[in-house]
Amino acid sequence: MTAITLNSINKRFGPVHVLKDISLEFNKGEFVVLVGPSGCGKSTLLRMIAGLEPVSAGDMIFGDTRVNDLEPRDRDIAMVFQSYALYPHMDVERNLGFSLELRKRAAAEKKERTSHAAGILGLDKLLDRFPRALSGGQRQRVAMGRAIVRDPQIFLFDEPLSNLDAALRIEMRIEIAKLHRRLGTTMVYVTHDQVEAMTLADRIVVMNAGQVEQVGTPLDLYSNPANLFVAGFLGSPKMNFVAYDDPALNLPSALTNPSAQTYGIRPEHIKVTAPDKNAHLVGTIDVVERLGSDTIFYINHGADKPFVVRVPGIDRTAIGEKIGCQFQPEDLHLFDQDGQAISEHKNG
Amino acid sequence: MQKTAFPLGATLRYLAIALYVLFALFPIYWLIKIAVTPDRLIYTEGTQIWPSTFTLDNFVSVLFLTDFLVYFKNSMIVSLGTAFFTTLVATAAGYAFSRFHFRGKAIIIALMLITQMFPLLMIIAPIYKIMAGLRLLDSLTGLIIVYTAFNVPFATFLMQGFFDGIPKDLEEAAMIDGCTRFTALRKVIFPLTLPGLAATLGFIFTAAWSELLFALMLINSDDKMTFPVGLKTFVSKFAVDWGQMMAAGTLALIPSCLFFILIQRFLVKGLTAGAVKG
Ligand SMILES: Nc1ncnc2c1ncn2[C@@H]1O[C@H](COP(=O)(O)OP(=O)(O)O)[C@@H](O)[C@H]1O
Ligand SMILES: [Mg+2]
Repeated sequence: MTAITLNSINKRFGPVHVLKDISLEFNKGEFVVLVGPSGCGKSTLLRMIAGLEPVSAGDMIFGDTRVNDLEPRDRDIAMVFQSYALYPHMDVERNLGFSLELRKRAAAEKKERTSHAAGILGLDKLLDRFPRALSGGQRQRVAMGRAIVRDPQIFLFDEPLSNLDAALRIEMRIEIAKLHRRLGTTMVYVTHDQVEAMTLADRIVVMNAGQVEQVGTPLDLYSNPANLFVAGFLGSPKMNFVAYDDPALNLPSALTNPSAQTYGIRPEHIKVTAPDKNAHLVGTIDVVERLGSDTIFYINHGADKPFVVRVPGIDRTAIGEKIGCQFQPEDLHLFDQDGQAISEHKNG
Repeated sequence: MQKTAFPLGATLRYLAIALYVLFALFPIYWLIKIAVTPDRLIYTEGTQIWPSTFTLDNFVSVLFLTDFLVYFKNSMIVSLGTAFFTTLVATAAGYAFSRFHFRGKAIIIALMLITQMFPLLMIIAPIYKIMAGLRLLDSLTGLIIVYTAFNVPFATFLMQGFFDGIPKDLEEAAMIDGCTRFTALRKVIFPLTLPGLAATLGFIFTAAWSELLFALMLINSDDKMTFPVGLKTFVSKFAVDWGQMMAAGTLALIPSCLFFILIQRFLVKGLTAGAVKG
């Protein structure tokens, strides 16, 4: 069943066309992540779903009700803001229960639901604190708790973790994943962090400059990016792109394609070999990063951008050495002159 | 090494603050000093830091032998009325400027700035004519209207600043939680604006309390005079009754002081701290 249908949604701020003809369907209970570079319109789209921003053109449908003209409070949604937006003059308990207070629920029900949410998030001991006396992580939990208390049809998150430090971010990411499993509510989550997108999403929507580039499961997008943008956006380190006429490139004719303009290969799909005629690409090591679990080589092959190789474990090959790179045909991505993936090469 | 309680930097800082406070409070001190100096010593001990004898006679005669209480009451009515209406209008306008985009906003802001650019002397004659036409000369209502009109622009910018300081996210969160724009304003924004409201009220109250020019021009009967105008009755053709004038001035400081004591707990409370940021 569909929870949200976006039908040719457009958004203009005066003369600026921020979102162009977005059509998407989110299933009930699905965790959808909107990901894309800063300024591409993710927040705007989320705020339109929330009803905080009017839709310029197109239909916004929840279930089978058109909600374009519904106020935020009538949409049965909850939203976690990047800034948390906790009410500074209310203690944690009242922050959590504010939505029930507004709906004039009985004190007993309010008590029960707030303590339930507080229990889920480990906020029991903080109920009488004010937001200013909470750490960043605790504020984040209160913000999520406020959403949980609502028990809404749809959860919306706008970069909820971007104000946290790295360790806390990972911890909260896991909590959000657990929360989704526990509640089974439809969640729409905005981030510019591709790791969050890959780890949390049932489906990812990759956006760029107000348009949807590709929609799919995380692994689908990773294995079969539809175009150069998606290919370069997901994955870390980024996919290497090599021009078809790069002199350092030495592909067997079975792997080449006359319409391919760019070849893409992920750093983790490359095997380091001797720099002989069997190597698909040859270059010298410019920089080495040894992370312990992996070693990352930045290889100079004559182009402006280094060719990045990631091999597991500790590799002691030194800077300045000449090495060869080899890859499996099925790991090679081909893109035409418009940057679209050439799919015949793919194994699905 | 032993740490001194007051390192050089801090000492200098406190010294500077002390000097400033001394400088700012000295006129008030002098006011009080002259008020408690017996009349016969005012000139003979004029430069002494404290008079050799102390008296409250000036206060007694100001309170019971002059029209001081009438002026005081009039000033109270005018200042409270002005503070109330100005803050009311400025709050609404400041909220609109802070939160809404509408046509002509830039023009309205420019016009409000322009009203602040003319010296009052230049417009006092036209104002007089307008008020005469409205039959609002020599009335406290007229004075409240004029003061409100002149204070609204500044108060609006002040309130807009306070609203700008409250993150928009809070209202939006409230609206998602179930508020209408108005309930969000009442339950979330308003409590957070209290310091701003208090500051604006206090500022406008003080401005109206000490305004002389319009009060002088628009009021002429004794029973409508506000305090600053009334003060001139202590200046007769032949002499200035310094003692009584200073006693009246001292008494006139009391409402402003009380007002600020009353609102200062809102002023210092940085309520919005902790709303945003991790
Ligand atoms: N209220 C607004 N008025 C004008 N332009 C806006 C407004 N809000 C956002 N924009 C513009 O819309 C674009 C998308 O913004 P946003 O949705 O916040 O991007 P993202 O969340 O993906 O970083 C940006 O170019 C931004 O400048
Ligand atoms: Mg954003």
